[in-house]
Amino acid sequence: MELLDVGLAEVTLAVAQVSAIACPPCQTVLSLLEQRVQDEYFTGHLPTRLKGLDDVLCGGIPFGVLTELVGPAGIGKTQFCMKLSLLASLPPNFGGLDGHVIYIDVESKFSSRRMIEIGVNSFPEIFHMEGMAQEMAGRILVLRPASLAEFTESLQQIKVSILQRQVKLLVIDSMAALVSGEEQGSRRQYSLGWHISFIKSLAEFSRIPIVVTNQVRSQNCDEASQYPFQGAVPSMVDDAVGNRFDSHLVPALGIHWAHAVTIRLVLEAKSGARLIKVAKSPISPPIVFPFNITSSGILFTSDVGIEMTGPQINTIQNQGHSGILNFSS
Amino acid sequence: MDILRMAVSATQRGKLIAAGYTSLSSLSSISPPVLARDLQIPESEASEILKAASQSVRLDNSNGCHAIIAGAQTAWDMLNEEDTSRCITTSCADLDNILGGGINCKEVTEIGGVPGIGKTQLGIQLAVNVQRPADYGGLGGKAIYIDTEGSFMVERALQIAEACVEDMLEYRGFLRKNFEPCHVSMQPKDFLANIFYFRICSYTEQLAVVNYLDKFISDHKDVKLVIIDSVTFHFRQDFDDMALRTRLLSGMALKLIKLAKKNSLAVRNLSPFAGCSLESGDDQVFKWFIPFIPCLR
Repeated sequence: MELLDVGLAEVTLAVAQVSAIACPPCQTVLSLLEQRVQDEYFTGHLPTRLKGLDDVLCGGIPFGVLTELVGPAGIGKTQFCMKLSLLASLPPNFGGLDGHVIYIDVESKFSSRRMIEIGVNSFPEIFHMEGMAQEMAGRILVLRPASLAEFTESLQQIKVSILQRQVKLLVIDSMAALVSGEEQGSRRQYSLGWHISFIKSLAEFSRIPIVVTNQVRSQNCDEASQYPFQGAVPSMVDDAVGNRFDSHLVPALGIHWAHAVTIRLVLEAKSGARLIKVAKSPISPPIVFPFNITSSGILFTSDVGIEMTGPQINTIQNQGHSGILNFSS
Repeated sequence: MDILRMAVSATQRGKLIAAGYTSLSSLSSISPPVLARDLQIPESEASEILKAASQSVRLDNSNGCHAIIAGAQTAWDMLNEEDTSRCITTSCADLDNILGGGINCKEVTEIGGVPGIGKTQLGIQLAVNVQRPADYGGLGGKAIYIDTEGSFMVERALQIAEACVEDMLEYRGFLRKNFEPCHVSMQPKDFLANIFYFRICSYTEQLAVVNYLDKFISDHKDVKLVIIDSVTFHFRQDFDDMALRTRLLSGMALKLIKLAKKNSLAVRNLSPFAGCSLESGDDQVFKWFIPFIPCLR
């Protein structure tokens, strides 16, 4: 009232009107569903061609939200991203989104040769046609920002090209590497927070899938808090000195990031076998699929997943994995 | 000076004081034309000032003369009210038992938890359950879903609605009442049509929607549940001024409580936990805030 020099009644009315205008429009959920069925490819999902995963995710990677791939080094996150980029660039009659893909490759892991190999092995009928390989590969734009600041600058241009409806998928590989270069503490949290809001709102407005990969870090035992009724604390190895070591890894970037992503796919290695777990998803139960990496990208060894209840769905193991790192695809 | 308490603008107050009107009683016997001449303002403005003055006087008098304070209720009346108030079932018998029947109306209930634990699922479940008829554990009303994180999935809502319809059909056989056999005629898509969805992308939009809720609910009288998922998401980033953030959040909490009481609705806040890990100074403020909310229930 002091600020605008008007009476209480006017202020109340003004606040009410401003709120009504600033408030986003309301929709019933039914109209949302109908809109998606009508307007979007595959009712708003990007099929991954992994039958088990597509069934569990109601069609594939959903549009408009953040999907996270997290796992230890060398497990197959970049392979998965490359496969998805390829799938998004395919024409609709082959199950793709017929659009461009922006691939943010922070750690220079993207290999176009590997991408073409995946394409030739998974979709021979397309890639053996004259000029198709060039067309598909031509739709994938690779950006290599050297720092978070560069990435932030290019985000504005990315936003423009996405909103012009040419880009149908954004892949960020990896978010943790981008942020890890920044200084610690509140500046970093603030900056990560800003990027989270921006990327989420970008996904929302443009209705495209955004896939982000994340690294892991080891968990210190202070964080392993349990309720008494949950029974024994999971295995902790004691060493000779009496200190406790936890054999678990946790996703990097913290809890705020964990809340921000909508779907979290955890990739891990257990006794030499690779597993992909749907750890956080509003549309699926916690379920695990075993997979392998072959010349045509990621393939499930079994399309029937195993439901996993309890806290193991969130843990990340890296057992027996170092032996796998030396295999050739 | 009780002039200071009047709900008028600063310049008007200044003019009143300058003209010598320092107390409400001095305004009680003045007519609008006289006041207008004294203050050199239009007559309509003068009559508005006098109206504001008489309102303040009425409030003062009622406090002084009556033994019962305006707005208070006796504990007995509240007990009767609580007994007759309805609850929304959560579809989990144990949880309903703990909550005394389900989610209560006229209250703000907060659900907090780590990521991926099921807060959004519970929110969608309640948005569907509130639409069940009273015999089946609902209120027969509509729901408002305010989504700040984008984790609401329409496919999941459809799945839950389909399961709810099946559940109701099964339960109908157990009810020993003679009502029409086709009482349960809701289809899953009807459930979806009764959920109003707002997608909020910033804290300003969140504040705007909370302010707008009052008008929206008075336009749609059959809304019985408001779900906010999640209340603190947008406040965790983009805020340099922590004190402002706390003030905004507390103000919003109070508005929601008032809204719940006024319209007899249940308001549900889903809030992400900062957890026990102190990753930065930011989370320390957050930890202070979380114990604050439960005591407002």
